[in-house]
Amino acid sequence: MVKVDLDKVKEIVEKVKQETLEEGDILINTLHAIQDYYNNFVPPEAAEEVAKLLNIPVSRVYEVLSFYSMFSIKPRGKYVIRVCKSLPCHVTGGREVMEALKNKLGIEIGETTADGMFTLETTSCLGLCGVAPVIMINDQSFGNLTPEKIDEIIERFRGDENA
Amino acid sequence: MAVSTNTILICAGGACISAGEKSVKQVLEEKLREYALDGVVRVVETGCMGACDLGPIVAVFPEGVYYQKVNAENVKKIVEEHILKGRVVEEMLFEGPQGKITEEVHEEHPFFKKQVKIATRNLGIIDPMNIDEYIARDGYFALIKTLTQMSPEEVIETVKKSGLRGRGGAGFPTGLKWELTRKSPADKKFVVCNADEGDPGAFMDRSILEGDPHTVLEAMTIAGYAIGGQKGYVYVRAEYPLAIERLRNAIKQAREYGFLGENILGTDFSFDIEIRIGAGAFVCGEETALMNSIEGKRGQPNVKPPYPAQKGLWGYPTLINNVETFANIPPIIIKGADWFASIGTETSKGTKVFALAGKVKNTGIVEVPMGITLRELIYDIGGGVPNGKKLKAIQTGGPSGGCIPAEYLDTPVDYESLKKLGAIMGSGGMIVMDEDTCMVDVAKFFLQFTVDESCGKCVPCREGTKRMLEILEKITSGEGEEEDIEKLEELGQTIIDSSLCGLGQTAPNPVLSTLKYFKDEYEAHVKEKICPAKVCKSLIRYVIDPDKCVGCTACARVCPVNAISGEVRKIHNIDPEICTRCGSCIEVCRFGAISKVSP
Ligand SMILES: Cc1cc2nc3c(=O)[nH]c(=O)nc-3n(C[C@H](O)[C@H](O)[C@H](O)COP(=O)(O)O)c2cc1C
Ligand code: SF4
Ligand code: SF4
Ligand code: FES
Ligand code: FES
Repeated sequence: MVKVDLDKVKEIVEKVKQETLEEGDILINTLHAIQDYYNNFVPPEAAEEVAKLLNIPVSRVYEVLSFYSMFSIKPRGKYVIRVCKSLPCHVTGGREVMEALKNKLGIEIGETTADGMFTLETTSCLGLCGVAPVIMINDQSFGNLTPEKIDEIIERFRGDENA
Repeated sequence: MAVSTNTILICAGGACISAGEKSVKQVLEEKLREYALDGVVRVVETGCMGACDLGPIVAVFPEGVYYQKVNAENVKKIVEEHILKGRVVEEMLFEGPQGKITEEVHEEHPFFKKQVKIATRNLGIIDPMNIDEYIARDGYFALIKTLTQMSPEEVIETVKKSGLRGRGGAGFPTGLKWELTRKSPADKKFVVCNADEGDPGAFMDRSILEGDPHTVLEAMTIAGYAIGGQKGYVYVRAEYPLAIERLRNAIKQAREYGFLGENILGTDFSFDIEIRIGAGAFVCGEETALMNSIEGKRGQPNVKPPYPAQKGLWGYPTLINNVETFANIPPIIIKGADWFASIGTETSKGTKVFALAGKVKNTGIVEVPMGITLRELIYDIGGGVPNGKKLKAIQTGGPSGGCIPAEYLDTPVDYESLKKLGAIMGSGGMIVMDEDTCMVDVAKFFLQFTVDESCGKCVPCREGTKRMLEILEKITSGEGEEEDIEKLEELGQTIIDSSLCGLGQTAPNPVLSTLKYFKDEYEAHVKEKICPAKVCKSLIRYVIDPDKCVGCTACARVCPVNAISGEVRKIHNIDPEICTRCGSCIEVCRFGAISKVSP
């Protein structure tokens, strides 16, 4: 279980508030910031605290969390891998890349590896079709992929952890 | 101060970064330091140069030599050969679609010559992180001109006269939209830039945001002045972190230079811009859904009217335009409406940026005058279909668009001509498909996309598209019945007629347009249980030609399910019951003995 530090949540909300100019709703930007802080998910306690701090019903926070596919209220891996499943990637070897990832990590779409390192998800086009097939790992993207390159990339991220 | 003798431009567009640009730059800089050239050779990271599949691209100026597929290894040669000895590195030269580009001819090359760059004028030329480079290319001059020499009405008149139409998909006249927003009475108004680019295969807006973020900020500020607005939002999808980073930096710089904020350029006009980030919902590209999302709600569309120009963000009049639409504004202000209107066709003025993807040699970003033919676009600029394959169709407009079969290659690219063919201009994604593409499979793919992305508000869109997808799945798995084709047409029409937003209203288009031009292909799946393009797994088999098989065992070793039997130097055989149609064996057979057959 992740321990949620309410002061930290408050700090994040304050920071997002400061970055925005005036009125405006900052819920989505705040949730992005919280999600970044908690390694790719929004813990329920944090969601409730955000509702309190922004003076909105908790139900609204959950409505938003459930609508947008990039938010998760379940813990995810340290690295979320998003595999592009749109047509240009699909026709240039995206399927093989997907298979390679599943085999390499031993998980299916939507699952997280036992060591909590990787979560596998799909995404629609990442706008990098010029170098299809493409995946994104957290904020980094990788193009011109082949099953061999997948192997290398995953090893590199695993290595990072040990370093 | 050291004088730069050379400038090396290195493409830091999203595609080139994903292909390894960062490590190239690192080695490049190390090498320059090693030869003590770091003071005299300037390295500039630019936005997308347009030929993404050949990236990372490096260009050496003043010679204007372009290199392709540069990596951490061969970049050393650019320093050691080109920079030090003045010898062009032949084998790395940019090839583009046809033939190499050498120093003298690069501007004559069709890849460059047939393009007219307005919205993408700075891409690949300036460092997007540096406002001074933007200013050096007339950046913010249009803003200065509007604030000091033009009334808001004159700005609107100029945009109207230019004939510019929205580049986000619907093609609504931009000047008119500005005028409507100006005329809506309110004490507060907003400007929104739609940067939610979500059509699969489209990456024009991404390239502009990453390569020239200031042009969007400048145009939004001009729009703010024209409509009487105080504040702007750029709504960017979260999948574009690089665009977000560069926009953030640009906003900061523009504020420092006094192009954003209170009393811009000492006038009494104040305007500021903020970024709002999406969170992975395609429907948020629809303008009313987008505004709901900015307001921090679920991004579901509202009924129109009221239009955003009347009642937008928090109920105030709001002008919403696409990234590329905005990118056209500064040149129109500087060079004038007549100049812009002289480019293009009668009803479609100016240029359009396209993202070429799929089975085309040069995948990347191109900007062409409206009215150019598809043939020029795909062949002269795009280099045609690779591997000697035949062109089958071109898909425009993504999941809301349609297919144009190869017979119509001489159609001019403009809003009306494409619509007549049952396709649309759309946002500019253009997916080229060759003879190996199954049109039923393509239709199924797009429909899967809509099923995933429907926001669920309307029953026809939510359930109807699912039904259509089920039918397509039935057809592609060989279970199709004759009435299925009719059912698809009926369902499609119902969804079009009764959905609330553009997503539902256009979702059946990929199916209907492939039915229009490739009905025989649907019928082959249904009646003969054949997939003519040999794509649909349930309708094909992999077979080994006994005359060509030499028994090398390569296929048997690669087959993941052991479907291939046969001894060394004896003819091999595939058991169709076990085979999963993965295609690995075809790839490894060096004797061309394995092929697909249908049925
Ligand atoms: C489902 C759906 C998705 C859309 N996605 C986008 C988009 O990603 N970018 C965009 O500029 N317009 C998109 N649009 C069109 C917008 O609703 C709107 O027409 C456009 O932003 C207006 O700008 P323009 O007049 O400059 O084209 C979408 C429309 C629909 C129905
Ligand atoms: S048409 Fe589809 S996407 Fe649009 S509002 Fe209705 S359900 Fe949502
Ligand atoms: S297509 Fe795949 S499963 Fe079928 S025989 Fe070839 S390698 Fe084996
Ligand atoms: S289709 Fe995968 S990045 Fe565009
Ligand atoms: S990103 Fe480098 S050429 Fe497009």
